[in-house]
Amino acid sequence: MSTLKVLDGEDFSSWKCAACGEKLVPKPIELGYLESRFKVELPSCPVCGLVLIPEDLALGKMAEVESLLEDK
Amino acid sequence: MEQNSLREWEAKCIQEEPPRCKAACPLHVDGREFCKQIAAGQVDKAWAVLCRTLPFPAVTARICDAPCKNSCLREKVGGGIEMADLERFCAENTKRTPPFRPLPPRGKTVAVLGGFLPGLTAAWDLAKKGFTVTLFLKNTYEAFETLPQEWLTVDIFKHEIEVIKKMGVTFVENSTFDDTLDEESLKNFDAVFADPIACSPENLKISTPSLTTLETEKKGLFAASQPEKNASPITLIAIGRKGALSIERFMQNASLSAGRERDEPFETKLFTNISKVEPLAPIAVPKNGYTADSAKEEAARCLLCECMECVKNCVYLENFKEYPKIFARQIYNNASIVMGTRRANKLINSCMLCDLCTEICPESFSMKNLCIEARKDLVEQGVMPQSAHEFALRDMEFADSEACAINRHQNGFEQSEWAFFPGCQLPASDPDAVKNSYSFLCDTLTGGTGLMLRCCSAPADWSGIVDLFDKKSTELRSDWESLGKPKIIAACPSCMETLHKAIPEAEITSLWSLLCLYRKNLNPVLPKSIPALQDPCSARHNEKLLADVRILLTDLGLEFTEPELSGLHTECCGFGGLLSDANEPLSQKVAEHRASKLDGDGITYCAMCRDLLAKTGKRCLNILDIIFPSENTDPAARTAPRYSTRRENRVRLKEQMLENVWKTPSTPRPAYEAIKVSYTEEAQKHMEERRILVSDIKKTIEAVQKTGKVLENTDTGHKLIYHRPVTVTYWVEYEMVDGDTYLIHRVWSHRMKILGGSK
Ligand code: SF4
Ligand code: SF4
Ligand code: SF4
Ligand SMILES: [Zn+2]
Repeated sequence: MSTLKVLDGEDFSSWKCAACGEKLVPKPIELGYLESRFKVELPSCPVCGLVLIPEDLALGKMAEVESLLEDK
Repeated sequence: MEQNSLREWEAKCIQEEPPRCKAACPLHVDGREFCKQIAAGQVDKAWAVLCRTLPFPAVTARICDAPCKNSCLREKVGGGIEMADLERFCAENTKRTPPFRPLPPRGKTVAVLGGFLPGLTAAWDLAKKGFTVTLFLKNTYEAFETLPQEWLTVDIFKHEIEVIKKMGVTFVENSTFDDTLDEESLKNFDAVFADPIACSPENLKISTPSLTTLETEKKGLFAASQPEKNASPITLIAIGRKGALSIERFMQNASLSAGRERDEPFETKLFTNISKVEPLAPIAVPKNGYTADSAKEEAARCLLCECMECVKNCVYLENFKEYPKIFARQIYNNASIVMGTRRANKLINSCMLCDLCTEICPESFSMKNLCIEARKDLVEQGVMPQSAHEFALRDMEFADSEACAINRHQNGFEQSEWAFFPGCQLPASDPDAVKNSYSFLCDTLTGGTGLMLRCCSAPADWSGIVDLFDKKSTELRSDWESLGKPKIIAACPSCMETLHKAIPEAEITSLWSLLCLYRKNLNPVLPKSIPALQDPCSARHNEKLLADVRILLTDLGLEFTEPELSGLHTECCGFGGLLSDANEPLSQKVAEHRASKLDGDGITYCAMCRDLLAKTGKRCLNILDIIFPSENTDPAARTAPRYSTRRENRVRLKEQMLENVWKTPSTPRPAYEAIKVSYTEEAQKHMEERRILVSDIKKTIEAVQKTGKVLENTDTGHKLIYHRPVTVTYWVEYEMVDGDTYLIHRVWSHRMKILGGSK
């Protein structure tokens, strides 16, 4: 499974993981909907793996893919 | 959907039936398309329309006597289109004639005996179809003498003869038509067409040929009885065309007669509504024929006949840009997809199931039934998009849950002759109206009036989940039976409809009919302006309800107007069929459309109609607002409660009813409700648009309080958390204020699951 890059150049440097105190770094994260799985590069905590799915992504690309998969 | 049921659906929509002009034309020229092009100033394109159908069009267009004119629908509103003069204008003014390219040779030969209009036409049509045609005639120009000469010159005729020759027809002049010619021809050619002007059946020594196929007792010989002296040129041409078609079928060994009912002029099934068309007389034809301007003007009188009745009256159908015949096919294709994208899901799930189309369609095409069947089919196949109806279904479950539902006898009674069933939306929209109505009913009716607070299960029905609706129906029935099978008083017309389906044996009355019955006991506060009545679409077929509401309003002294589409033909507010869940933007469009049709304030008797119209900014009353007035001095201005408020209203209604009527404590609220939250305006707007409830936010906070999985923004100090209670992941961005209050800045959600996230 190749990793999709969906966040172009957005800056997440101001976000950190509150529990671990770490800055978020881009990492491949596995997402799934219905029968489909894919890896997407998302900002996440290098220690505990907590992920950030930004609003634009959730309501844009992700929503598009969701409805596409629903119609498959 | 089965293939043959698709055919049935398709056949029901007559939008693709030909217009009357085309049906009445012996050659079936598309007068509608022709007029459309002329009106647009596209003379060459109009000419191309004629050239598709007319043989030797330069001649035919100038001798046509337009038998279609009397059939033209315009005849009823001003006068039929002057098709003949328009054709002539077109012939005179076109700059480009499309080339006539015969099909590749088929290696079959045909003799045509006689070169008058029928013979020339047969030769033209057969040559075009790739047959090798030999035309026997006395003299090439003898036909010209028989034609109306007013607009025709011999040069034009000659030119068209040249075209026929170029199409490969061999002319054999000086032929004599004795009875040997056809015998000879039958030996030398694969088929023979005898022009009835040149050779009569007597000459050919045959009995009268068959009328529909021109077949004779001599195999391969096609002929016709002698036409009348002053037969219309177009009729003569049609004889040649019929002969050519029979010969083609004869050569292919196909049935000569099957499916030819529409060769002759016929009556079309197309319906075109002219009730709003202003009469307009034909544009007089100048002595030298139409000019470009007058032709345009005349052609513009064409009504461009089509049906589209349903599409013109349904925002949903209009939005999907086709008509039901096409939709039926799209829905059928959608159902047959195994791998690939089902493109019609949105179409299927956006119908309001309001059934206006059925009432309006001249053939009673029910898009409602088509869509509901398609939904059931998607559900059964397990491919209904989860997002389409989930919110509504969850809302239904919530309304039926312990938090909101009540099923009790009237306080102090052991039995219920009646049971008030306000549905789930009236309690959500206006809980006070429920309290007031219930206490009026308890005071007015005898025998005990129980209360049933729950959803009627319309969402289960509309979403096509048959099992769920069955399960809900069982629940409904057992609630009703536990009250001793009372007569149900429903406040919402949709509830009435759904309850009839769920518990067919129950007697169901509308709140409105009862209010009408006891109208003398009411003390209404009448509005200052004259409102317009919005009938809910689910009241469409409920004649008693429609009538009682009108009697009630009139007798209460309320003056009201009605929009053009009202009563049996009322329009949906945009809620029906769960449209607002499946396609929110369209639902808004529908609501705005309906609001614009109501003069002044609206007045209605459905909580959803009121709220959807109110959401568009339309001032709108529920009839209960005037019957049981509250402190609110301007109830028409009341905004539609948000989704979360709607739930809260239901919960509080139950608590207050239990407390005030039955003096019973209600079940305690879940712990997360104690979490203190406030919202920015933006967050509140997003919650509504994205259907994120206060409870979703509080549950998210509660869940994260246990795990401590929080992101923090070092610039703003905002915290960000997420949680997936069931099928949706909620994201909440907040800031702590006043020590213990979560000030919500932003909220969003997605359905995708994070699989490889936090470990
Ligand atoms: S109004 Fe136009 S489309 Fe209708 S029948 Fe007449 S010519 Fe044909
Ligand atoms: S049921 Fe209503 S919304 Fe659906 S197509 Fe018919 S008129 Fe339009
Ligand atoms: S009303 Fe609609 S469904 Fe009925 S025939 Fe006309 S276009 Fe077709
Ligand atoms: Zn961490």
